[in-house]
Amino acid sequence: MKEEWKKFKGGLWTEEIDVSDFIKKNYQAYNGDESFLEKTTKKTDKIWQTCTELLKEELKIKVLDIDVDHLSGINAFKPGYICKEDDVIVGLQTDKPLKRIVNPYGGIRMVYKELEAYGYKLNPEVDKYFNEFRKTHNEGVFDAYTAEIKKARHAGLLTGLPDAYGRGRIIGDYRRVALYGIDYLIEQKQKDLANLLGPMDRELIQLREDVSMQIKALNEIKKMASSYGFDISKPAKNSKEAVQWTYFAYLAAVKENNGAAMSLGRVDAFFDIYFERDLKEGTITESEIQEIIDQFIIKLRLVRHLRTPEYDELFSGDPTWVTASIGGITKDKKSMVTKTTYRLLHTLTNLDPSPEPNMTVLWSEYLPENFKKYCAKMSIATDAIQYENDDIMRPLYGDDYAIACCVSAMREGRDMQFFGARCNLAKALLYSINGGVDEITNNLVIAGFKKNTDEILDYETVKTNYFKMLAKVAEVYSSAMNIIHYMHDKYAYESGQMALHDTHVRRLMAYGIAGLSVVADSLSAIKYAKVRPIRNEEGIALDFEIEGDFPKYGNDDDRVDDLAKEVTRIFYEELAKHKCYRDAKPTLSILTITSNVVYGSKTGSTPDGRKKGVAFAPGANPMRGRDESGAIASLNSVAKLDYAKYCRDGISNTFSIIPSALGPTKNEQVENLVRLLEGYFSSGAHHLNVNVLNRETLIDAMKNPDKYPLLTIRVSGYAVRFNRLTRKQQEEVIARTFHERI
Amino acid sequence: MQASVNSIETFGLVDGPGIRTVIFLNGCKLRCKYCHNPEMWNMNTLNSTIDELVTKILRNKPYFKRGSGGVTFSGGEPLLQMDFLLEICKRLKAEGIHIALDTAGVGLGKYDEILSLVDLVLFDIKHPNKEEYKKLTGMDISQSEKFIESLNRSGKPVWIRQVIVPGIMDNEEYLQELATYLLKIKNITKIEFLPFHHLGFIKYAKLKLDNPLKDTQEMNPKKCQELYEKFIELYQANKK
Repeated sequence: MKEEWKKFKGGLWTEEIDVSDFIKKNYQAYNGDESFLEKTTKKTDKIWQTCTELLKEELKIKVLDIDVDHLSGINAFKPGYICKEDDVIVGLQTDKPLKRIVNPYGGIRMVYKELEAYGYKLNPEVDKYFNEFRKTHNEGVFDAYTAEIKKARHAGLLTGLPDAYGRGRIIGDYRRVALYGIDYLIEQKQKDLANLLGPMDRELIQLREDVSMQIKALNEIKKMASSYGFDISKPAKNSKEAVQWTYFAYLAAVKENNGAAMSLGRVDAFFDIYFERDLKEGTITESEIQEIIDQFIIKLRLVRHLRTPEYDELFSGDPTWVTASIGGITKDKKSMVTKTTYRLLHTLTNLDPSPEPNMTVLWSEYLPENFKKYCAKMSIATDAIQYENDDIMRPLYGDDYAIACCVSAMREGRDMQFFGARCNLAKALLYSINGGVDEITNNLVIAGFKKNTDEILDYETVKTNYFKMLAKVAEVYSSAMNIIHYMHDKYAYESGQMALHDTHVRRLMAYGIAGLSVVADSLSAIKYAKVRPIRNEEGIALDFEIEGDFPKYGNDDDRVDDLAKEVTRIFYEELAKHKCYRDAKPTLSILTITSNVVYGSKTGSTPDGRKKGVAFAPGANPMRGRDESGAIASLNSVAKLDYAKYCRDGISNTFSIIPSALGPTKNEQVENLVRLLEGYFSSGAHHLNVNVLNRETLIDAMKNPDKYPLLTIRVSGYAVRFNRLTRKQQEEVIARTFHERI
Repeated sequence: MQASVNSIETFGLVDGPGIRTVIFLNGCKLRCKYCHNPEMWNMNTLNSTIDELVTKILRNKPYFKRGSGGVTFSGGEPLLQMDFLLEICKRLKAEGIHIALDTAGVGLGKYDEILSLVDLVLFDIKHPNKEEYKKLTGMDISQSEKFIESLNRSGKPVWIRQVIVPGIMDNEEYLQELATYLLKIKNITKIEFLPFHHLGFIKYAKLKLDNPLKDTQEMNPKKCQELYEKFIELYQANKK
């Protein structure tokens, strides 16, 4: 045993890299309540005060500062501090807080747009150098894209593809740096590299290059840490070092990459082991522990990426998805909730409710009662928590997985994913009716389909053509994904993050769908009511007349819920027919973030009665106002979608309720929310965002943003500051189903 | 067998303990001035089979586990669809579902039978005074009193739920009468005052019905709470 590991219980983890084994052998579950928690320290108050000022300023001008003289890189920036003497955990992306990095590897044109939008210009030297000598991911992708992919992308059939910016959604096992020290990790990678022998085919060559780059990145991380005065070549000796080492590893990831979601992973039980050891040795107090946690969280809240205003509009605000997965249980059904799980959630009280890090509770029926209540209490007070069902993820991903972005589970250090945004299935339905012609642009997007000419749409005909269309769309989508990730690996490889993965990593090809509830209701309308298309001269259905009533998704009615299930199954099976780049395993998510607004605005009227341009429901939510039998029926419809078989990348659902509808007293509200969560997750559902807020508050906040600077709400898989939403998004959130009763 | 169901609320949090699936049944003989569900007065077409409803209710079972949630039959007056009610309650009982009955006790008999199947009764006595009862509901109080007899025989727990309308119930006399009247009912485990509100007004307009309380103000919840506290004092004193 290494000196730094004294008093830890040994095991497999001392012989090979296995953080999960270390945690399971050493962590101590906590079943008590939150009464042990401490307030912020003076140091933290000072730091947070400084940050609050900066954040306010940033909100006004959108982007506080940009470093135009350097390009992204693990060790490309001088050390930065919020306030050197009070920073308990150190390290910033650049030399100043909230100063953003230029990352051109995804695409240089995107960088120009971003800089121009905020009135900056890239240092001409850097610009020239990069342009002359370096090709970007974006350029590579467009060299390989087919005409068909370009059309599908342009029409908004495929949207949000990571072909011009970092793909993200990769979680390095940042804890490895703390537990083993960088030198050991380098040694292991060198061993791996030496063993990567055999017939030198493309795959093996690529992997050898990857591992070599990973080794370089590990050395860079070490150098970066030493610029802050820390030697991380050896394992962390104490809890403060454990948090600092882990943070350096994460920091390297957000210096090197600007991925859509740069998630943290699962650190609660891991950190707790170090805190407990220090507490036993009497070298730390609870207040000092909370100070470390608060300051660590502050650092995560300062992570920024340079985005275009269009990107912010698509994703609502300035999200970074620093998702922090907490809680959960072990394979032996033992709670993994520790005091540090509480300490992390407590930052929402100590600092303020914040969208980042994206607090994600891995919910199990076996979580301790006290913790369930604490979560509900914090949800009601802050709206800043999302819940995901550990009891359905654990059988697939084991007990050391974490969530990336909103709902994507991956085993820490063992899985990575190729993020694939999503496909607009409602548009695909219109294409199947309109012979592949886009209803908005009038361009032929998918060739080889006849226009439907029936006066009244016939269900069997529509369904048959739709499923054929889905097969074709899946083919185009799959081709696009393979091209994107091939090029991303080639031109914007995440060497620092991948260095904190096993060399033989499992890859997941993460497809996604949008508009599921629109499709289910449309098929239901065609099946159970009479739907008459209103066509233009070219025979394109621009609107639909519906005669009669039909079952609607969100009322726990199998007649339509089964349609939603069937469409999901068919599309997944079609996707799964195609070979994935690097033998990735296909997965599927039903998740839209707030992009459901944008998808809706790009989609014509649909057979369910939704008019052109009207927002889709977010994620797997029913269309707003159509779930007429109350919240549980609505949740039941969503819970029917099959996570384990077809949607292993997650099924997102957002639940909003006004506080008084949840119960007359605080205690009853907590109790009822726990009942709701227990019921929902024991029904096999995957994910739930919980918003407990007044519609009046939101309307007032829209009119008077200054009164509610911190108002946080949850949409799809993450929390966002209400003030950062566009007006249209704010209106959509307000109009969205609020579960209330007379 | 079929029932005339107006609607279903799957996330009921006030009509009994825990999370409740509330089945609103059509039909009511009373015409209470403060009624906020006038759309349920008339028995409409039969639209739900027992099988359908049982399936729907059982789907919500995971939500009932904690805090003894379950199903609540409300309306309208659920006692008017008695044969259906007996049948479905037998089925639900066999499935171990907690059953609450939200009633004014004005049905068609078979009360002992139904009360043997339910776990909790939410009871609105409307008004303790004979004349006032008639004025308020259009019916005779004796019907409700017949139900109370069965209720007392059954030994089932009772929640009393009174709507408090300004100008009708916000006076000492009412409170005193109520405190005395409630001594008739055994097994009261909870008494609630529900402040009169205007949320049902829109329904009168929609149904083109005359709204007898259209000029009555909403009950101030704080005032309602004060009345409640006063009432509880009187009630406790009476009980001794």
